[in-house]
Amino acid sequence: MIVPNHLMRSDGARHEFDVYRVRKDFPILNQAVHGHPLVYLDNGATSQKPQSVIDAVHDYYCWNNANVHRGVHTLSERATRAYEQAREIVRHFISASHQREIIFLRGTTEAINLVAQSYARPRLRPGDEILITEMEHHSNIVPWQIVCKQTGARLRVVPINDAGELQLEKYADLLGPRTRLVAVVHLSNSLGTINPIRKMIDVAHARGVPVLVDGAQAVPHVPVDVQALGCDFYAFSGHKVYGPTGIGILYGKPDLLEAMEPYQGGGEMIRRVTFEETLYNVVPYKFEAGTPNIAGAIGLGTALEYLSQFSVEAVGKHEEALLARATNAVRNISGVRIIGTAAQKSGILSFVMDGVHPHDMGTILDTEGVAIRAGHHCTMPLMTRYGIPGTARASFAMYNTKEDVDALIRGIEKAKEVFER
Amino acid sequence: MTDLRELYEEVILDHNRNPRNYPKIPLGHNCEAHGFNPLCGDEFRIYLTVEDGIIRDAGFEGAGCAISTASASLMTEALKGMEVSKAEALFAEVHRLLTEEEQTGEPSDLLGKLTVLTGVKEYPMRVKCATLAWHTMHAALHNQEKTICTE
Repeated sequence: MIVPNHLMRSDGARHEFDVYRVRKDFPILNQAVHGHPLVYLDNGATSQKPQSVIDAVHDYYCWNNANVHRGVHTLSERATRAYEQAREIVRHFISASHQREIIFLRGTTEAINLVAQSYARPRLRPGDEILITEMEHHSNIVPWQIVCKQTGARLRVVPINDAGELQLEKYADLLGPRTRLVAVVHLSNSLGTINPIRKMIDVAHARGVPVLVDGAQAVPHVPVDVQALGCDFYAFSGHKVYGPTGIGILYGKPDLLEAMEPYQGGGEMIRRVTFEETLYNVVPYKFEAGTPNIAGAIGLGTALEYLSQFSVEAVGKHEEALLARATNAVRNISGVRIIGTAAQKSGILSFVMDGVHPHDMGTILDTEGVAIRAGHHCTMPLMTRYGIPGTARASFAMYNTKEDVDALIRGIEKAKEVFER
Repeated sequence: MTDLRELYEEVILDHNRNPRNYPKIPLGHNCEAHGFNPLCGDEFRIYLTVEDGIIRDAGFEGAGCAISTASASLMTEALKGMEVSKAEALFAEVHRLLTEEEQTGEPSDLLGKLTVLTGVKEYPMRVKCATLAWHTMHAALHNQEKTICTE
C-alpha cells in the first residue's frame, strides 16, 4: 500500500485556516465580471480548483502521461503509481478500510447507475421496493426508475416537512419487507439539509436493507467516515470538492462489490479472455473498464490533499458563519422566502422573491459579478413539492468571504429595486 | 445599470407584472401548441383563433421568467387581427432581432413595440427565454403537436 508522506503527518500539523490566504490558491477568483470582482457562489454546481490541482493535471500530461496497469516502461510505471496513490488518498479521506473499496468512475451519476445496474438489477423481483426521498437529485431518482422498469420493482419516496427535513417516522414506516435498497442524499443540493444518515443506516440495517448515500454535496462540507457511517455504498464527484470534472468515486463494501457483476465490459476489467468466456479482474478493476480518467484521478487526489491541510472543523465553522450571515440578511429583505430551513444544514441558501423569477434574479446578480444558480437544480419533484418553478441558490465554498455574502445581498436588493420601479 | 435597464425595459416589466391575454384560451381557438424549456422550467401553451387567414384572437397560459412572459404577452397583443402570412413574417423578424449578430439597417416596421426585446441580445443565455413563445406560436400555426423547446 502506498501511503503519501503528508498523510503520515498528525492532525496537529494542519495549517491554520485563513480565507484570504486560501483565495490566493484559486487563480480563477482573481478576476472581474461585468466590472465587478467575481463573487462565485455557484459551488453547489461545481467548485473552483486550487493551483495545486491545476498543476497536478498539467504536470501529469507534461511528464508522466501513459496508460496505467499495462506498460513495462517508466512512464507507465509513473502513471500507474500516481493513479493508485490517488486511490489511497481517497481511501484515507473517507476512512475506507481498503483501496479495493474505492472505484474510480466519471462521477456520482455513474456511481449510482453502476449500483442500480450491477447491484440492484439482478436482485430485484417484481413488487420489490427501492426507497428514496423527496429531496433527491434526478441522478438519485432516474437510475432507480430505470431499474424499476427493467425489473417490475417499485420506487417509494420518503416525504419531507415544510422545513425540508425528512419525516423519519414515515421513513421507518416505508422501510418494509419488500424494501431492497435505500438510496438517500447526504446533503441536499437544493435545500442544504444534512440528513441524519447514520441513524437512517442503522434503521435500514436493523431490517437487513443496504443503503447507498449520495455524497456529491456533502464531501466538501461535512466529514465523511464511511466506516463510522456504516453505509454500503457512498458516491461522490471530484469536481464539487475542488477537483476536476469527469472523475468521481464509488465506495462499496468489499463483500457487496465482490458479489456484483461488472457494469461495463472492456479492457482493464478482465483477467483472461477467450471467445468462450472471460474471467473478470478483481475489485476495484472489475468496475473500471477501459482506460480511466488518469489525470482526473490524480487531480482529485491532489484536491483532497489540498483540503486535508485544513481541519474539517475550521472549514466547517467558516462556511457555517457565511451561511448564517447570508440567512440573516436575506430574512430581512421583504418578499424573500428561504426554501430549506432545516435545523441541520450547510453550504446552501435557496430562496424565492415575490414577483422576481429566479432566472431574472440570476441575470441581475450576474451583472453585479455574483454567480449563483437559478432553476430547479435537477430536483424537479422537490420544486413541485414546494409549488415553485425553481429557486435562486447561493452555495458556499471554503474560499468565500463575508464580503461575498454582502455582495450577494446588495445584488438581491438591486433585483428588488429593478422589479419594483 | 444602463445595461440592466435595456434588458428590463419598463414595457417588459409591465408585461411581466400584468401579462395581456393571460391566462386566456380564446373562444373558438383552432391552433395551439406547447412550449417548454426543461432546463429553466419556462412553460407556455399558446392558443390562436384563425379565420380566413387572419388571427382573430390569441391567448396564453403557463409560467416563466420576466423575459419569456413579457415576450409572450407582447406577442399575443401584436398578433390579434394580423394576417397569418404577416405573423410568419413577424416571427422571422423577431427571430432576426434576437439572434443576428449584426443588425443591418433599421429594424423592420413590422416590429413596432417589439423592439423593446432588442436588449435581450446582450444576454445570450436569455435569448431562449424571449424566443420560446414565438417558436411555440409558429408551431401552433402549423398545428405541430410536439412540444417546442428553444434551449
